[in-house]
Amino acid sequence: MENHNEYVLRTVEERGIRFVQLWFTDVLGVAKCFNITPAELENALEEGMTFDGSAIDGFSRVQESDVLAKPDAKTFQILPWRTSGASTARVFCDITNLDGTPFEGCPRQALKRAMGKARERGFTFFAAPELEYFYFDSADPTKTPKPLDSGSYFEMRSNGLSAKLHEQSVLTLEDMGIPVEYAQHEDAPGQHEIDLRYTDGLTMADSVMTARQIVKEIAFEHGAYASFMPKPLEGVQGSGMHTHFSLFEGEANAFSDPGDPFGLSKVAKGFIAGVLRHAPELTAITNQWVNSYKRLVVGYEAPVYVSWSRNNRSALVRVPVPKMGRSDSTRIEYRAPDPACNPYLAFAVILAAGMKGIEESYELPDETTDNLFDLTPKDLHRLGIEPLPASLEGAVAAMAGSELIAETLGDHVFEWFIRNKRAESRDYRAQVTQFELDRYLGQL
Amino acid sequence: MEPLLAYPDPLPPNVAMALDNAGYPWKSVSNTESVDSHEPEDGWSGAAIWAIDDPEGAFSLCRELRKRDMPLRPLLLMVSPEQLRELELREDLFDDFCVSPMQAGELEARLQHLFWRTGRGLRPELVEYGPLALNLETYQAVLNGKPMDLTFMEYELLKFLVSHPGKVFTRETLLSRVWGYEYFGGARTVDVHVRRLRAKLGEENAHLIDTVRSVGYRFGETRWGR
Repeated sequence: MENHNEYVLRTVEERGIRFVQLWFTDVLGVAKCFNITPAELENALEEGMTFDGSAIDGFSRVQESDVLAKPDAKTFQILPWRTSGASTARVFCDITNLDGTPFEGCPRQALKRAMGKARERGFTFFAAPELEYFYFDSADPTKTPKPLDSGSYFEMRSNGLSAKLHEQSVLTLEDMGIPVEYAQHEDAPGQHEIDLRYTDGLTMADSVMTARQIVKEIAFEHGAYASFMPKPLEGVQGSGMHTHFSLFEGEANAFSDPGDPFGLSKVAKGFIAGVLRHAPELTAITNQWVNSYKRLVVGYEAPVYVSWSRNNRSALVRVPVPKMGRSDSTRIEYRAPDPACNPYLAFAVILAAGMKGIEESYELPDETTDNLFDLTPKDLHRLGIEPLPASLEGAVAAMAGSELIAETLGDHVFEWFIRNKRAESRDYRAQVTQFELDRYLGQL
Repeated sequence: MEPLLAYPDPLPPNVAMALDNAGYPWKSVSNTESVDSHEPEDGWSGAAIWAIDDPEGAFSLCRELRKRDMPLRPLLLMVSPEQLRELELREDLFDDFCVSPMQAGELEARLQHLFWRTGRGLRPELVEYGPLALNLETYQAVLNGKPMDLTFMEYELLKFLVSHPGKVFTRETLLSRVWGYEYFGGARTVDVHVRRLRAKLGEENAHLIDTVRSVGYRFGETRWGR
């Protein structure tokens, strides 16, 4: 740790850094930051910076509102873009209480806890998300958002602003040491995708925060707007964050068993079974907004039912078939999350559900090979296939009864989240929408 | 780094090889007289004395080296198990010793520790390879003269690799030498960091870190080319 701090301090000095941004995340996954000057940095690294948490979503408490932001020096990184002309660096922070103990509202620590538990069992947890998002001409909510281009899936476009923004975002990510695996134009107009190459879960959650920031920042610089809203446009594909997960034991992929007909180990099967069984409970975390549920509807490439499959993209969990001889890359893809989730909490609950399945040797249900969207309710019932919650209200109700989620998030976050999301559903339900006026006003 | 004084001349081949592999320059001397005549301009950086074939000559050489105005340090003595008793009352003549036959890597580890203890960085402050230069004093890395924005662990990994060009390291070795095992990610962490480094090295230099299939990684070229 000493060395880390020394490295940060020397780099700030050598490179003439004027501001250091301390980054952290509120419970809803919104990036927060405050700037400090190099003069304050040494103290920040050693003791943390005190701030009033009461204004941060999910940080408020009855007794004490002050918390500490403790920089994680390992994450120190000079930003490739300059804020107001001065060289700036950023470092992610853990939030602690004034006595240095982890603050119960800190999402980063919730993921650390979940990963620590997996590590006690010898597992390291890896994640690789696929971030989808839209470029619009503005973020003005009074107008229907207008996509920046009319391209479609894998379209090759060498010119146009949105292609340029996308390319620049990818290059900036690479400059920041966040390798990108695929980058392509998605299905809908103005929609793009950035696939990050796997890293351990904590680094990846940090990377997701960084990527969202970079994509937005670069769009903003060019007078455009990038949005990770799950379903910004009616009638076209929403934005998901399908995420690939795997567990390793040392150098070995713990999900792989070349002797198994599916190539899946007992660990993998337990993990999938755990994720499936607890999927309804964790959906409020992976899909946390009213709008998230407009994406999870039949007819688009988003999951609606709890099922798994190797090649069926309507399934909730997909097990991509590894390339010949690459059993190392055995992984599962969880397709429900959207890019507006809190990546720390989403990864934490998915890992916890998977670990639960491993520990209690849950039985893996049969693979679903049919296109689920073609099945009738009767078929679904016969196959024992449950739906995912269809609304935020339903998802919060499922979460509220979950021991597993409460334990993973800690009581503070769990209770705050449920209160906050119930209020959001209530506000939403109290609205009279254009849909209702169009349909009912003249008729009823 | 200035060469180490090695005794006797010729040096037993296993010792010569161990010094070469560890990357220490050295010159062997056959007697006290040639210590001065062979001495490099900035003085010997230390000494590795093999006392097994000619103990008398070795001990008197040690005495000479310690009697100089600036006693030569650090001094590492190599002895046989039977000679251990002869070390008694000669403690002032050496800084550390190893018993032959030595474990692979023992000589290197002991020298490294000695140099560290005597405060004379064995490691030069500047490590260079091709377009890369690392200033170990300021923790800065430059690529083609342009500073690289590295995280601490990326810097540490790059430093380790650049300091050991041409050698193949397993993920486990890199993890233990660079991270010291106290890390969340396990051995796959190494892959992740290598990828991040390659991304920052850019397309034309990404090949500097070579993947050696089913073994691990190698930085730069081997001594015999690739």
